[in-house]
Amino acid sequence: MGYVHIKKEKCIGCEQCVVVCPFEALFMKDGIVEVIPDKCKECRKCLPACPTEALYLERRERRGQRPEHGIDVTVDLPPELARYKGVWVMVEQQDGTPHSVSWELMGEGLKISQKLGVELSAVVLGENVDGIRREAFQYGAQNVYVIDDPVLKDYRTYPYTFAMTKLVNKHKPEILLMGATSLGRDLAGAVATSLKTGLTADCTKLDVDEAARVLLQTRPAFGGNIMATILCANHRPQMSTVRPRVMSRPYKDESRDGTPIVEQLGLAEEKIRTKFIEFIPDAVAHVVNLDDADIIVAGGRGVGCDEGFSVLKELAEVLGAELGASRAAVEAGWIDYEHQVGQTGKTVRPKIYFACGISGAIQHLVGMQNSDVIIAINNDPNAAIFSVATYGIVGDMHKIVPELIKQFKDKKNK
Amino acid sequence: MHSVVCIKQVPDTTEVRIDPKTNTLMREGVPSIVNPFDMHAVEAALKLRDEYGGKVTVITMGPPQAVEALRRVKTLGVDRTILLSDRAFAGSDTLATSYIITQAVKKIDSEDAVDLVLCGKQAIDGDTAQVGPGIATRLNMPLVTYVIDIDSVDTEKKTITLKRSVENGRTALCVEYPMLMTVLKELNEVRYASLPNMILATNFKAEVWNKDDIGAEMKNMGLDGSPTAVRKIFSPPVRECGEMIPHGIEQPDVAVHNLIEKLSHNKTI
Ligand SMILES: Cc1cc2nc3c(=O)[nH]c(=O)nc-3n(C[C@H](O)[C@H](O)[C@H](O)COP(=O)(O)OP(=O)(O)OC[C@H]3O[C@@H](n4cnc5c(N)ncnc54)[C@H](O)[C@@H]3O)c2cc1C
Ligand SMILES: Cc1cc2nc3c(=O)[nH]c(=O)nc-3n(C[C@H](O)[C@H](O)[C@H](O)COP(=O)(O)OP(=O)(O)OC[C@H]3O[C@@H](n4cnc5c(N)ncnc54)[C@H](O)[C@@H]3O)c2cc1C
Repeated sequence: MGYVHIKKEKCIGCEQCVVVCPFEALFMKDGIVEVIPDKCKECRKCLPACPTEALYLERRERRGQRPEHGIDVTVDLPPELARYKGVWVMVEQQDGTPHSVSWELMGEGLKISQKLGVELSAVVLGENVDGIRREAFQYGAQNVYVIDDPVLKDYRTYPYTFAMTKLVNKHKPEILLMGATSLGRDLAGAVATSLKTGLTADCTKLDVDEAARVLLQTRPAFGGNIMATILCANHRPQMSTVRPRVMSRPYKDESRDGTPIVEQLGLAEEKIRTKFIEFIPDAVAHVVNLDDADIIVAGGRGVGCDEGFSVLKELAEVLGAELGASRAAVEAGWIDYEHQVGQTGKTVRPKIYFACGISGAIQHLVGMQNSDVIIAINNDPNAAIFSVATYGIVGDMHKIVPELIKQFKDKKNK
Repeated sequence: MHSVVCIKQVPDTTEVRIDPKTNTLMREGVPSIVNPFDMHAVEAALKLRDEYGGKVTVITMGPPQAVEALRRVKTLGVDRTILLSDRAFAGSDTLATSYIITQAVKKIDSEDAVDLVLCGKQAIDGDTAQVGPGIATRLNMPLVTYVIDIDSVDTEKKTITLKRSVENGRTALCVEYPMLMTVLKELNEVRYASLPNMILATNFKAEVWNKDDIGAEMKNMGLDGSPTAVRKIFSPPVRECGEMIPHGIEQPDVAVHNLIEKLSHNKTI
């Protein structure tokens, strides 16, 4: 008798195989699955359950045909859920200012809605949100659902969850997208739980299986070291939060407008056990603006010292750019944390990103690899940063950066 | 004040990598730790106990080895530790995980009323930050995520004044408890283990609860209770390799000139 074998290096410890095994032949040890050979009956149930193909049977292994995105999508939707139609984007706002991720999601939502042949709708919650409602139409919404109520003035989980759940239960969208911001991740977790549906966190890529109408949601996990594609095949709506500055903002058509679908909240302030006291803005937030910079000049450990950053600053001034940094440079104390780019810093998407003396660790790359053009300067020809660079120069940045300053200045003066 | 803290045992993910050659997850030999954010949740609960009296109960859901996570927090002086462990829990997504933990909190509450549930901001392996909001919603408790300051507790009115961190600042809130909060590392500094507590921890036995102990239904747990499924795992995508501009070492001026030419040619600058 044979039994299932395990490629231990592929096992991620998700336990999906353990659960499907009818013979209790699989168990977890130190986060990795192990098999009890005597109990395994080679029923093969565990093979498709494994997302990483870590399980195999010797000799008789078969490979099925898979669609282009590499995932077999099977759906078994109850009829009442199959009626859910349309793509929704939650437009997040604070004091009447929308968060840019909401418009990025409108662009992404439009692509998905077109593939599915359904409408794209925006949801606007707040107090006095007329301007945002109009902007939502301008960014491509075909419908805008609005709940305008003083109770929704400042974000609090309960009233926003109440409002969103009410809208979803009434109008039944098949997909609901929110920004992976402090508001979006708080709200989405609560809404998905009250709707008893699936939620995928912090996605960096969305696609859709048109035939099955299932969203393919891709997100980083394990601190950005791996990517996972997640499906919510049999529940509606399919919900995701999406990381800011990963998708591009669509064209804004100033001439567009429409009639919103207005609903009432129906929730009294007395019922809410959380009181808003005040918002205290960060002192430095507006000084360093990596979010809106067209050009970012970033330095890493290779900069070497405080003075090294003064040279980078000069280049930034010549180009009208903002200064960025790797964590190593921040930890060395050469530059403030507000400038840090990467997993534990800012995610940026400028037109040009200069990476000077930065090795290209994955935690740095996740924060800048969506830049339009990346220019890498590093004295190590094998540095990982070159694998994401549009243009790379191998050399000493202390010679190259001054040369960049000189030549850009000359060019400007011409 | 009776606080229940939810902690998760996680691999020390800073050391988990995908082998670029074989495209597989290199996880063997990676040590297990208590999710770092959860240590700060435990510390917050201990501080509240120091100040207002009461009790700290810590729960974790996981395989039998997760008892080590409970041992770790026992060294900090928590009162009660409970391991939620059952085959039926395996494969749970965040919706199912929040169900299982909620069932346990309800049972704890029935024995000894719970004032506060604390979670970490997120687990460093799953990284979803969804379990805390899930538990709060199921328990119908007010939720505050990303807590960075606990300013004061009014035990008469049963309210907590605190601040949550948002993108460009902080929001101050006053919340009635029982409530649930998820905390950031900046909230506090985790205390050191004391010698007496370390000795206690060496001989301790955690309570272990299975699905029947918490009255959990099969349809809400594991794969059946999980709307989401991880279907594919891969290395982060790398951008297409671009163009290397030569002569950077011996003739930096020429290399820079060529770079600027290309940028102008493509109208980048
Ligand atoms: C959980 C976690 C989160 C993290 N979050 C972040 C984050 O948000 N952002 C981030 O950046 N990092 C983050 N890191 C750290 C990351 O793993 C790297 O350690 C860090 O990005 C390295 O910074 P660096 O490239 O500047 O330094 P190094 O890796 O030391 O690279 C320095 C580079 O400079 C080059 N160099 C040296 N001298 C010169 C010279 N004269 N001219 C040209 N090149 C030169 C070297 O060849 C080398 O490639 C995180 C790590 C962990 C574990
Ligand atoms: C690669 C990968 C991607 C995944 N993506 C998703 C996804 O997008 N959506 C989804 O629903 N599920 C997802 N899952 C499943 C998810 O990781 C598990 O459900 C896990 O049990 C809880 O999620 P988390 O680790 O993200 O915890 P988080 O929600 O990030 O944890 C927040 C806090 O909740 C508490 N907590 C979490 N787990 C436990 C526990 N076991 N015991 C006690 N307290 C706990 C801790 O206080 C923790 O700090 C994914 C799993 C993997 C392997």
